[in-house]
Amino acid sequence: MSTATVGDLVSQPYKHGFVTDIETEKIAKGLSEDVVRLISSKKDEPDFLLQFRLRAYRQWLQTAEPDWAALGYPPIDYQNIIYYAAPKQQEKKASLDEVDPKLLETFDKLGIPLSEQKRLSNVAVDAVFDSVSIATTYKEKLAEHGVIFCSISEAVKEHPELIEAYLGTVVPSNDNYFAALNSAVFSDGSFVFIPKGVECPMELSTYFRINSADTGQFERTLIVAEEGASVSYLEGCTAPMFDTNQLHAAVVELVVLDDASIKYSTVQNWYAGDENGVGGIYNFVTKRGQCRGARSRISWTQVETGSAITWKYPSCVLQGADSVGEFYSVALTNNHQQADTGTKMIHVGPRTRSTIVSKGISAGHSSNSYRGLVQIGPKALGAKNYSQCDSMLIGDQAAANTYPYIRSQQPDAVVEHEASTCRISADQLFYLQSRGIGFEEAVSMMVSGFCRDVFNQLPMEFAAEADKLLALKLEGSVG
Amino acid sequence: MIRPDAPLLLDICDLHASVEDQPILKGVNLSIRAGEIHAVMGRNGSGKSTLSKVLAGHPAYTVTAGSVNYRGADLLELDPEQRARIGLFLGFQYPVEIPGVSNLEFLRVATNSRRAERGDEELDTFAFEDLVHERLKVVQMDPAFLGRSVNEGFSGGEKKRNEILQMALLEPLVAILDETDSGLDIDALRIVADGVNQLAGPENATLLITHYQRLLDLITPDYVHVMAAGRILRTGGKELALELERTGYDWVDLELARLEPETVEVA
Repeated sequence: MSTATVGDLVSQPYKHGFVTDIETEKIAKGLSEDVVRLISSKKDEPDFLLQFRLRAYRQWLQTAEPDWAALGYPPIDYQNIIYYAAPKQQEKKASLDEVDPKLLETFDKLGIPLSEQKRLSNVAVDAVFDSVSIATTYKEKLAEHGVIFCSISEAVKEHPELIEAYLGTVVPSNDNYFAALNSAVFSDGSFVFIPKGVECPMELSTYFRINSADTGQFERTLIVAEEGASVSYLEGCTAPMFDTNQLHAAVVELVVLDDASIKYSTVQNWYAGDENGVGGIYNFVTKRGQCRGARSRISWTQVETGSAITWKYPSCVLQGADSVGEFYSVALTNNHQQADTGTKMIHVGPRTRSTIVSKGISAGHSSNSYRGLVQIGPKALGAKNYSQCDSMLIGDQAAANTYPYIRSQQPDAVVEHEASTCRISADQLFYLQSRGIGFEEAVSMMVSGFCRDVFNQLPMEFAAEADKLLALKLEGSVG
Repeated sequence: MIRPDAPLLLDICDLHASVEDQPILKGVNLSIRAGEIHAVMGRNGSGKSTLSKVLAGHPAYTVTAGSVNYRGADLLELDPEQRARIGLFLGFQYPVEIPGVSNLEFLRVATNSRRAERGDEELDTFAFEDLVHERLKVVQMDPAFLGRSVNEGFSGGEKKRNEILQMALLEPLVAILDETDSGLDIDALRIVADGVNQLAGPENATLLITHYQRLLDLITPDYVHVMAAGRILRTGGKELALELERTGYDWVDLELARLEPETVEVA
């Protein structure tokens, strides 16, 4: 007879937990004004950026770490973290042939081949290893369309006017504790610029890999879509298995002008810690997009499966008239993982619309909270929001919470909220099994079914990947 | 149809089973040959539904003694999904709803798992659609139900038709139908019974679990068994069911009191 339980199925070993043995340049542990200056000088940055960092650092010193999330963790020692680590290779290479083969091999192993022959044919990839971007594919092809896709360090050098114009305008450096920290010490990340009227000819993707044990990762992503432009962007993330916790505090800013759209998808698979909750990434991320223009659109889709702690609320500020914000999320927690995640939809302009679909799956001893704000300002005449938050519990030790906040200053606004909680029951499993469907496939069918509304939103290339990722987390030996 | 030389499909010997340490089945003996239709009747709590769940392999029940042989194999050794793949089918009294899982996809995966066991090629979505539309006729079911989630929002009658549709697709050798007639109006009952009759053949067997004669007016059993206190108390032909309809179960109490006085509570 089968002795497997659903709990066994969701407790799959992490498959990206290897460490790449590569010489790394690291600075000493700890954070000070000198460290901020050192990072800036290592990157040879213009003065405006150094001033941006220093201001952020001072703001960080004066800000308290937020404690309102439903998360519990020991105090983080910010002086015990390395704020800059880079694989030792000189300047960023002109061609991939010059990139350290060990790095290429690492990304190969992660299923993100970068070399000419093997790379994905319709996706351009920026590969970030610890603190630096090591390669970006298809840059030339994109440049033919006027699309800029490069590491943010490179953008600082090549397009300083764009960085100065947009950086920190969506997420100001004093926005919150972790945003301030990131603004002070961010090392790399991606920059995307889609000029007026251009529909980006391929999917863009950044793949973040943490490799060093005691390094924090603070990447910064900035995407700008000018009038009528559109782009679909995906980020993926993995990290090795260490028994210590690594801090990851990213900031992502999106700007969309009139009639432009950005679709931002995340498949997050950082190391989540072991079954006893030892190790794993602390993921404190600020993601926000501004629909500045009329009829502009931002869509966030996230599949969150990793991290020991997730603190993340991808948001939309809907300023432009008739602008649209969307948030589609699947968050899977297992063992001792904790997630407090959701979104903020800030309706400023008239007839702005937003949709929130959140699916939380909690297994093991984990805790999974949805926290979302829908705010309708006084000028948002005819604004509409629809929110749907569903939780699925696996086993009887996991927790699921929903914290919806609704603030409306506009009596004409329509705000709808639906929530449900379900459990994979033994009877449902038995029903599927008694039709010849194996235990694993039965669980996977039910979880996929539960997540379908969100998976349908992922770019086609990645929907299968996300399904596979959940299946990986759910697959196990039966009998 | 009774043929003494027909192959033995299911052979239940002295089967004991309990749930949460509470003994429910206390020595069931039953043999079923190809081509036969059996009916098991009895009061609530007599162990009828437990028998069906134990045969299908429900994890809440523990077999404490006895054996079940299915076409030469030890059935009790197999997982529920393996039992289904080799041709055992349980039609549920209360089919569960499975939100988010498409009924069509569910039926296709189930059908293919049975086909794989039989060495038949897997049906792709197009080939399967053809098959399912043909089988829908057995239960006169609206194709719209294929596009919905498994049993979600189905009425009682629609759920039971969906069960018989699954039976039509899986082509089991032994089909156990647990109170398939409960909660059906007379038209739905006729459709379901008609479906079961169409599917019954010389190669397979059917075990009907029911309270009522009305199902047996539509499906004629070869054998009727009366269950009480976890065992089969009496076996007869279709006339036994009619006798029960006339006389009720009072004689069962008397007979039980004679067999094991300590287990009978006299009301």
